[in-house]
Amino acid sequence: MESVGSIITYVIVVLAMIVFSVLAVTTRKILRAATYLLFTLFAAAAIYFMLDYEFLGAVQIAVYAGGIVVLFVFSILLTSKPGDNSEKLTSKSRVVGLIAAIAMLGVAGWALVSRCANYAVRPAMEAPLMSDLGNTLMGTGSGQYLLPFEAVSVLLLACIIGGVVIARRR
Amino acid sequence: MFCCGVYGFITRKNMIAMLISLELMLNAVDVNFVVFNRFLFPGQMEGMFFTLFAIAIAAAETALAIAIIINIFRVTKNVDVRGLNEMKF
Repeated sequence: MESVGSIITYVIVVLAMIVFSVLAVTTRKILRAATYLLFTLFAAAAIYFMLDYEFLGAVQIAVYAGGIVVLFVFSILLTSKPGDNSEKLTSKSRVVGLIAAIAMLGVAGWALVSRCANYAVRPAMEAPLMSDLGNTLMGTGSGQYLLPFEAVSVLLLACIIGGVVIARRR
Repeated sequence: MFCCGVYGFITRKNMIAMLISLELMLNAVDVNFVVFNRFLFPGQMEGMFFTLFAIAIAAAETALAIAIIINIFRVTKNVDVRGLNEMKF
Protein backbone atom coordinates (compact mmCIF):
# COMPACT_ATOMS: atom_id res chain seq x y z
CA MET A 1 0.00 0.00 0.00
CA GLU A 2 2.88 2.32 0.68
CA SER A 3 5.07 3.29 -2.19
CA VAL A 4 8.68 2.25 -2.32
CA GLY A 5 9.80 5.85 -2.20
CA SER A 6 8.06 6.58 1.07
CA ILE A 7 9.49 3.44 2.64
CA ILE A 8 12.98 4.43 1.54
CA THR A 9 12.46 7.91 2.95
CA TYR A 10 11.21 6.46 6.20
CA VAL A 11 14.21 4.15 6.51
CA ILE A 12 16.61 6.99 5.83
CA VAL A 13 14.96 9.26 8.38
CA VAL A 14 14.86 6.60 11.07
CA LEU A 15 18.45 5.57 10.44
CA ALA A 16 19.53 9.21 10.67
CA MET A 17 17.58 9.55 13.90
CA ILE A 18 19.17 6.51 15.50
CA VAL A 19 22.69 7.27 14.31
CA PHE A 20 22.61 10.91 15.33
CA SER A 21 21.06 10.20 18.71
CA VAL A 22 23.74 7.62 19.47
CA LEU A 23 26.40 10.05 18.31
CA ALA A 24 24.91 12.81 20.43
CA VAL A 25 25.36 10.82 23.63
CA THR A 26 28.72 9.29 22.73
CA THR A 27 30.70 12.14 21.25
CA ARG A 28 33.16 13.79 23.57
CA LYS A 29 32.99 17.30 22.21
CA ILE A 30 29.94 18.91 23.76
CA LEU A 31 29.34 21.28 20.86
CA ARG A 32 29.21 18.35 18.47
CA ALA A 33 26.68 16.71 20.77
CA ALA A 34 24.48 19.78 20.40
CA THR A 35 24.81 19.60 16.62
CA TYR A 36 23.86 15.94 16.56
CA LEU A 37 20.91 16.78 18.79
CA LEU A 38 19.84 19.31 16.17
CA PHE A 39 19.92 16.66 13.45
CA THR A 40 17.95 14.25 15.61
CA LEU A 41 15.29 16.90 16.18
CA PHE A 42 15.12 17.53 12.43
CA ALA A 43 14.61 13.82 11.86
CA ALA A 44 11.77 13.83 14.38
CA ALA A 45 10.21 16.76 12.54
CA ALA A 46 10.54 14.79 9.30
CA ILE A 47 8.68 11.90 10.96
CA TYR A 48 5.87 14.28 11.96
CA PHE A 49 5.68 15.56 8.39
CA MET A 50 5.54 12.03 7.04
CA LEU A 51 2.68 11.22 9.41
CA ASP A 52 0.66 14.16 8.03
CA TYR A 53 1.02 16.29 11.15
CA GLU A 54 2.41 19.31 9.35
CA PHE A 55 1.64 21.75 12.12
CA LEU A 56 3.46 19.63 14.67
CA GLY A 57 6.48 19.33 12.41
CA ALA A 58 6.58 23.10 11.98
CA VAL A 59 6.31 23.60 15.74
CA GLN A 60 9.07 21.07 16.29
CA ILE A 61 11.41 22.86 13.90
CA ALA A 62 10.57 26.31 15.22
CA VAL A 63 10.74 25.56 18.92
CA TYR A 64 13.40 22.91 19.12
CA ALA A 65 15.71 23.70 16.23
CA GLY A 66 15.12 27.43 16.42
CA GLY A 67 15.01 27.94 20.14
CA ILE A 68 16.33 25.15 22.26
CA VAL A 69 19.40 24.29 20.20
CA VAL A 70 20.37 27.96 20.04
CA LEU A 71 20.06 28.12 23.82
CA PHE A 72 22.22 25.02 24.09
CA VAL A 73 24.89 26.44 21.84
CA PHE A 74 24.93 29.72 23.73
CA SER A 75 25.25 28.04 27.08
CA ILE A 76 27.95 25.68 25.81
CA LEU A 77 29.97 28.55 24.44
CA LEU A 78 29.50 30.49 27.66
CA THR A 79 30.52 27.67 29.93
CA SER A 80 33.34 25.88 28.15
CA LYS A 81 36.26 26.76 25.98
CA PRO A 82 35.82 25.52 22.42
CA GLY A 83 38.03 22.57 21.73
CA ASP A 84 38.31 20.97 25.12
CA ASN A 85 37.02 17.44 25.46
CA SER A 86 35.08 15.96 28.29
CA GLU A 87 37.19 13.45 30.13
CA LYS A 88 36.85 9.76 29.47
CA LEU A 89 34.03 7.99 31.17
CA THR A 90 34.90 5.51 33.83
CA SER A 91 34.13 2.02 32.69
CA LYS A 92 31.80 1.50 35.63
CA SER A 93 29.39 4.25 34.67
CA ARG A 94 29.57 3.18 31.04
CA VAL A 95 28.63 -0.39 31.96
CA VAL A 96 25.76 0.80 34.13
CA GLY A 97 24.49 3.03 31.34
CA LEU A 98 24.75 0.25 28.78
CA ILE A 99 22.85 -2.14 31.04
CA ALA A 100 20.11 0.43 31.61
CA ALA A 101 19.85 1.17 27.89
CA ILE A 102 19.68 -2.49 26.89
CA ALA A 103 17.12 -3.27 29.58
CA MET A 104 15.01 -0.35 28.36
CA LEU A 105 15.35 -1.52 24.78
CA GLY A 106 14.25 -5.01 25.77
CA VAL A 107 11.22 -3.87 27.77
CA ALA A 108 10.07 -1.35 25.18
CA GLY A 109 10.66 -3.67 22.27
CA TRP A 110 8.84 -6.51 23.96
CA ALA A 111 5.86 -4.31 24.79
CA LEU A 112 5.82 -3.01 21.25
CA VAL A 113 6.04 -6.38 19.54
CA SER A 114 3.56 -8.12 21.84
CA ARG A 115 0.91 -5.40 21.78
CA CYS A 116 1.21 -3.43 18.60
CA ALA A 117 2.47 -5.80 15.93
CA ASN A 118 -0.99 -6.09 14.41
CA TYR A 119 -1.31 -2.33 14.01
CA ALA A 120 1.63 -2.12 11.66
CA VAL A 121 -0.52 -0.97 8.76
CA ARG A 122 -0.96 2.75 8.66
CA PRO A 123 -4.65 3.64 8.58
CA ALA A 124 -5.75 6.27 6.13
CA MET A 125 -6.23 9.74 7.52
CA GLU A 126 -6.57 13.21 6.11
CA ALA A 127 -4.16 15.78 7.39
CA PRO A 128 -5.91 17.79 10.12
CA LEU A 129 -7.03 21.16 8.91
CA MET A 130 -5.68 24.34 10.41
CA SER A 131 -9.20 25.39 11.41
CA ASP A 132 -9.76 22.09 13.24
CA LEU A 133 -6.48 22.60 15.04
CA GLY A 134 -7.39 26.11 16.05
CA ASN A 135 -10.84 25.08 17.26
CA THR A 136 -9.41 22.21 19.27
CA LEU A 137 -6.73 24.38 20.80
CA MET A 138 -9.06 27.22 21.70
CA GLY A 139 -12.33 25.49 22.45
CA THR A 140 -13.75 24.95 25.90
CA GLY A 141 -15.83 21.86 25.17
CA SER A 142 -14.91 18.27 25.92
CA GLY A 143 -11.80 17.21 24.10
CA GLN A 144 -10.71 20.79 23.59
CA TYR A 145 -7.73 22.42 25.12
CA LEU A 146 -8.26 26.01 26.20
CA LEU A 147 -7.41 25.35 29.85
CA PRO A 148 -4.08 23.58 29.21
CA PHE A 149 -3.25 26.27 26.70
CA GLU A 150 -3.72 28.99 29.29
CA ALA A 151 -1.86 26.94 31.88
CA VAL A 152 1.09 26.63 29.50
CA SER A 153 1.06 30.35 28.88
CA VAL A 154 1.16 31.02 32.63
CA LEU A 155 3.95 28.46 32.93
CA LEU A 156 5.97 30.20 30.24
CA LEU A 157 5.46 33.54 31.99
CA ALA A 158 6.64 32.03 35.27
CA CYS A 159 9.60 30.52 33.39
CA ILE A 160 10.58 33.91 31.95
CA ILE A 161 10.42 35.57 35.36
CA GLY A 162 12.31 32.69 36.97
CA GLY A 163 15.00 32.81 34.29
CA VAL A 164 15.49 36.52 34.78
CA VAL A 165 15.65 36.15 38.56
CA ILE A 166 18.09 33.26 38.43
CA ALA A 167 20.42 34.60 35.79
CA ARG A 168 20.51 38.18 37.04
CA ARG A 169 23.76 39.49 38.46
CA ARG A 170 23.63 40.15 42.15
CA MET B 1 7.32 -2.44 11.66
CA PHE B 2 6.95 1.30 11.74
CA CYS B 3 7.65 2.00 15.38
CA CYS B 4 10.67 -0.22 15.82
CA GLY B 5 13.01 2.47 14.62
CA VAL B 6 11.42 4.91 17.00
CA TYR B 7 11.90 2.47 19.83
CA GLY B 8 15.51 1.93 18.92
CA PHE B 9 15.79 5.67 19.15
CA ILE B 10 14.11 5.92 22.50
CA THR B 11 16.35 3.56 24.36
CA ARG B 12 19.80 4.75 23.51
CA LYS B 13 20.17 7.77 25.64
CA ASN B 14 21.18 8.13 29.19
CA MET B 15 23.70 9.99 31.33
CA ILE B 16 26.39 12.26 29.87
CA ALA B 17 25.72 15.76 28.75
CA MET B 18 22.67 15.36 30.86
CA LEU B 19 20.50 18.08 29.48
CA ILE B 20 21.03 16.99 25.89
CA SER B 21 20.14 13.44 26.85
CA LEU B 22 17.09 14.79 28.61
CA GLU B 23 16.00 16.56 25.46
CA LEU B 24 16.54 13.37 23.49
CA MET B 25 14.39 11.38 25.88
CA LEU B 26 11.61 13.96 25.84
CA ASN B 27 11.74 13.99 22.09
CA ALA B 28 11.59 10.21 21.86
CA VAL B 29 8.49 10.20 24.03
CA ASP B 30 6.94 12.89 21.84
CA VAL B 31 7.59 10.85 18.73
CA ASN B 32 5.96 7.87 20.39
CA PHE B 33 2.86 9.86 21.32
CA VAL B 34 2.49 11.05 17.76
CA VAL B 35 3.12 7.66 16.18
CA PHE B 36 0.65 5.87 18.42
CA ASN B 37 -1.91 8.57 17.87
CA ARG B 38 -1.49 8.27 14.14
CA PHE B 39 -1.57 4.49 14.03
CA LEU B 40 -4.13 3.55 16.66
CA PHE B 41 -6.49 6.53 16.64
CA PRO B 42 -6.29 8.30 13.30
CA GLY B 43 -8.58 11.28 13.14
CA GLN B 44 -8.27 12.09 16.82
CA MET B 45 -5.72 14.58 17.96
CA GLU B 46 -5.06 13.80 21.63
CA GLY B 47 -1.52 12.54 21.16
CA MET B 48 -0.70 15.41 18.90
CA PHE B 49 -1.84 18.01 21.40
CA PHE B 50 -0.06 16.22 24.20
CA THR B 51 3.10 16.48 22.13
CA LEU B 52 2.41 20.14 21.46
CA PHE B 53 2.17 20.91 25.17
CA ALA B 54 5.16 18.70 25.92
CA ILE B 55 7.23 20.73 23.45
CA ALA B 56 6.16 23.97 25.09
CA ILE B 57 6.97 22.70 28.57
CA ALA B 58 10.29 21.29 27.37
CA ALA B 59 11.22 24.69 26.02
CA ALA B 60 10.40 26.33 29.35
CA GLU B 61 12.28 23.71 31.31
CA THR B 62 15.36 23.95 29.10
CA ALA B 63 15.47 27.72 29.39
CA LEU B 64 15.30 27.52 33.17
CA ALA B 65 17.88 24.75 33.39
CA ILE B 66 20.29 26.72 31.23
CA ALA B 67 19.78 29.80 33.37
CA ILE B 68 20.60 27.73 36.46
CA ILE B 69 23.64 26.18 34.76
CA ILE B 70 25.02 29.55 33.71
CA ASN B 71 24.50 30.89 37.21
CA ILE B 72 26.30 27.92 38.74
CA PHE B 73 29.09 28.36 36.25
CA ARG B 74 29.40 32.00 37.18
CA VAL B 75 29.82 31.08 40.81
CA THR B 76 32.00 27.99 40.54
CA LYS B 77 33.61 28.09 37.08
CA ASN B 78 32.62 24.49 36.72
CA VAL B 79 29.84 22.58 34.97
CA ASP B 80 30.83 19.09 36.05
CA VAL B 81 28.21 17.43 38.21
CA ARG B 82 30.74 15.51 40.25
CA GLY B 83 32.44 18.74 41.21
CA LEU B 84 29.23 20.22 42.58
CA ASN B 85 28.77 18.91 46.07
CA GLU B 86 27.55 21.96 47.87
CA MET B 87 24.20 23.61 47.43
CA LYS B 88 25.26 26.93 48.86
CA PHE B 89 28.31 29.00 48.09
